[in-house]
Amino acid sequence: MMDATGGTPTAREAAYRRHGLFSRARVREWLYGLALLSPSFALFAVFTFYPLVKGAYLGLYRSDPFGLHRVFIGFDQYLHVLRSGGFQSSLGVTFWFAVYTVPAGLVLGLALALLAHQRLRGMIIYRAVFSSTLASSVAVASVMWLTLLNPSVGILNYGLRESGVGAIQWLNDPRWALLAVSLTTTWLNLSFTFIVLLAGLQTIPEQMYESAKIDGAGAWSRFRNVTLPMLSPTIFFSLVVLTIRAFESFGQIDILTQGGPLKRTNVIVYSIYTEAFKNFNEGVAAAQAIFLFLIILVLTLVQFRFLERRVFYGS
Amino acid sequence: MSRVCFEGVTKRFGDVVAVDDLRLEVADREFLVLVGPSGCGKTTVLRLVAGLDEPDAGLIHIGDRLVNGVEPKDRDVAMVFQSYALYPHMTVRRNMEFPLRTRRVPKEERARLVGEAAETLGLVDLLGRRPSQLSGGQRQRVALGRAIVRRPAVFLMDEPLSNLDAKLRAQTRAELIELHRRLQTTVLYVTHDQVEAMTMGSRIAVMDRGALQQVGRPQEVYERPANVFVAQFIGSPPTNLVRGSVEREGETLVVRVPGGVVPLTPDRAAVVSERSLAEVLVGVRPEHLAVDAGPVAATVRVVVSLGHERQGVFALDDGQLVVARMATDGPGLREGARVQLMARPEHVHLFDPATGTRLG
Amino acid sequence: MARRVVPAIRPAGSRRRVLVRVGQYALLTLAAALILVPVYFSVVDSLLPPEKIFAYPPALWITHPQWDTYRRAFETGSLGRYLVNSFAVSAVITAGQVFTSILAAYAFAFLRFPLRNFLFLVFLTTLMVPAEVTIIPNYHTVATLGWLDSYQGLTVPFLATAFGTFLLRQAFLTVPRDLRDAAAIDGYGHLGFVWRVVVPLSRPVIASLAVFSFLMAWNQYLWPLLITNSDEYRTVQIGLKTLVSQNLDQFNVVMAGTVVAAIPMFLLLVLFQRHLVRGLTAGAIKG
Repeated sequence: MMDATGGTPTAREAAYRRHGLFSRARVREWLYGLALLSPSFALFAVFTFYPLVKGAYLGLYRSDPFGLHRVFIGFDQYLHVLRSGGFQSSLGVTFWFAVYTVPAGLVLGLALALLAHQRLRGMIIYRAVFSSTLASSVAVASVMWLTLLNPSVGILNYGLRESGVGAIQWLNDPRWALLAVSLTTTWLNLSFTFIVLLAGLQTIPEQMYESAKIDGAGAWSRFRNVTLPMLSPTIFFSLVVLTIRAFESFGQIDILTQGGPLKRTNVIVYSIYTEAFKNFNEGVAAAQAIFLFLIILVLTLVQFRFLERRVFYGS
Repeated sequence: MSRVCFEGVTKRFGDVVAVDDLRLEVADREFLVLVGPSGCGKTTVLRLVAGLDEPDAGLIHIGDRLVNGVEPKDRDVAMVFQSYALYPHMTVRRNMEFPLRTRRVPKEERARLVGEAAETLGLVDLLGRRPSQLSGGQRQRVALGRAIVRRPAVFLMDEPLSNLDAKLRAQTRAELIELHRRLQTTVLYVTHDQVEAMTMGSRIAVMDRGALQQVGRPQEVYERPANVFVAQFIGSPPTNLVRGSVEREGETLVVRVPGGVVPLTPDRAAVVSERSLAEVLVGVRPEHLAVDAGPVAATVRVVVSLGHERQGVFALDDGQLVVARMATDGPGLREGARVQLMARPEHVHLFDPATGTRLG
Repeated sequence: MARRVVPAIRPAGSRRRVLVRVGQYALLTLAAALILVPVYFSVVDSLLPPEKIFAYPPALWITHPQWDTYRRAFETGSLGRYLVNSFAVSAVITAGQVFTSILAAYAFAFLRFPLRNFLFLVFLTTLMVPAEVTIIPNYHTVATLGWLDSYQGLTVPFLATAFGTFLLRQAFLTVPRDLRDAAAIDGYGHLGFVWRVVVPLSRPVIASLAVFSFLMAWNQYLWPLLITNSDEYRTVQIGLKTLVSQNLDQFNVVMAGTVVAAIPMFLLLVLFQRHLVRGLTAGAIKG
């Protein structure tokens, strides 16, 4: 073995006697650790942190329609974006999109989870079906729903006509388009919510139900006083994840409505996309992206904080 | 030659001094037991020998080789962990082979060595099993097997018996002694259990708070504890300690304790007077305290029978309690009765109250 | 009195129980049917003969399945190529994420080095920066590197994952430290220990990460849309969009393409459901 300090054995002994080994082994462990982190870290630096800073910087400039010149605008651009009707309407659209998709997704997911959280023969098949929308990508789901929502030969309108309600221009009517997109999204999210909530239900100890039964609690009371409180952390987690997803949605808009009609489905990400890559208004798009980042940041922090505390109401 | 030698070895973790200026030599083929309460630094000593930690100061030699800065794998040591540290996803055979594989031992040789070790430890039928399918005792033997299969220069054992139940522990203790006799290898064995220390070690080294307290043959340590800590740590129940003042009585010195006086042998008296101590600590082991016509008066508090012996708790005149172990066939003792306690002079230990070190 | 009541209650109770059971199955079946509506009609539409696709009323079931549509789906566009691209890209991303996560998670779980906690925090902060936020500068970066329309462009930005690192670190922390010490004495360095002990012991969690990564990579939409322009590099998601925009008049073919695009993930789900569930619920249940 070579030694760390070099020199003759006696010199080495003298060195160890005084300082021990500040240790080559320890320094090697440092280097090792940093080396193991470096692939991930390099990728994060190039594709997450640098673009975040660069994006904030780009938001200070306005580019001409050909992307040739950039004019410094400064923070006014952020204020300008914040005040602009276009951005405010995208924010509003995204907000309503979340309102349509999140609670519905939670309620339906919870209903499915409760249905599937029983010991019944053949349950494995039902669970597989309830989990199946996970297999759909956003593109697959959107194309499937595109045909269901087809105004003339879609199955939805067929049903509405037959029941006397009359056809709806799902994707072309400004009053319905966001709802139609939300319907698709809710279906797409269903399995995620179902799986997470079912897993949450399965962690509730059986004894809690048994003791509630002995205390004379009926089915509703058990749901109110045992299931919901015990499940609340999981519900909260799903709530935040679904909300974040709503704010990140893009694919279903791109395939179903392209932001229309009358920009009624122009959610934030779609707005960023069109400003940057269709209108070549990169500065404005970058500023919008920073606002999106702030929104997601807040949501994620809420989620972290919550997970950290891991609140369980009840014992 | 596989002695292990510590020269002024010190190891700190932050502000805590885990090992303080350790000077100790483990002789070739010796079974040395490092014993002490938890947190005394004994496991750190093992880890320093293994190379899992590096000392902040001092030298460690294995054989004639300075091993500071040498990788664990190159130190020619094997370690048995308290948790056994078996690889859960490998069979017993793979576990035992594992150290041989890195050393590029050829396949047939590996099979032979594992076979021999398995034979020695009675593991032949278990080679195909996984650790989760073994009992605690079997796992312990696999851990031993993984250590002996390499024929290292030094065995390091970190509380290898502490996860076994009492019956198995006694049996395995005997097996380990037998194994050491057969393998003739240096063993450095760490335990907090003084019974293990007394029964297994050719020598024992008692540690407390990072510092070595005493090294010696078990009987020696028992008979002449170097300080108050050793006196109380080795032996069960611990040595009774009573503070007394030194008084002159005629030609010689005595120690006045609550309820009486303890006479001193001339050589002890010489040490005490030489240091001109006014007070000393008197220590007597419970098994050496007799209820007889002794010089110290006390009151019986409780007497319990353990079947093979009785233990009595007595209150001295100032309320201090002392414990005595007695035969079951002695006279009955009523609670509250006054008795006279005595101990033979060679069983009375004196300690300096300021430093806790042994006098004489 | 008890003697009279007990036999009276039994049949009533069991009849009620049967009714409850029937109700449960009815609800379950109804829910399952509703969920499967889009899938069912996609399959039905994909098997329609061309002359029936715009017929009214729409077909509710299939009488003469036209399997030929599937052949045409592969022939009209570059569906095969898209699928190959998606497989290749997802496989590379999965392998890369598993690899980088194992390395980083091992460092965080087993090694001591300066700023370890700070660096872990830095990793976690990347979870707060969704890809949608950084597309514009990333597009520039990839364009500068000449990676538009390339496999590098589709994969390299996604080869690291804080989620995966976090997931594996949690798993690695359950590997006893004694095993590391034992392996060091047995002669294994860090890499030998990772490869022979840590990875085998964490296999279920690594499998979860792999399945999860594959699903996420396969389902990517915005990024491949931005950086691919030719059929040569388009993934199946973007291919679907192309298929829709180019073949609006024959949506039986479009639906066949959609079904084909969905099948790989459906198989993944069926085969690895347990692993996926662990990945999805990692944040929710254990915290």
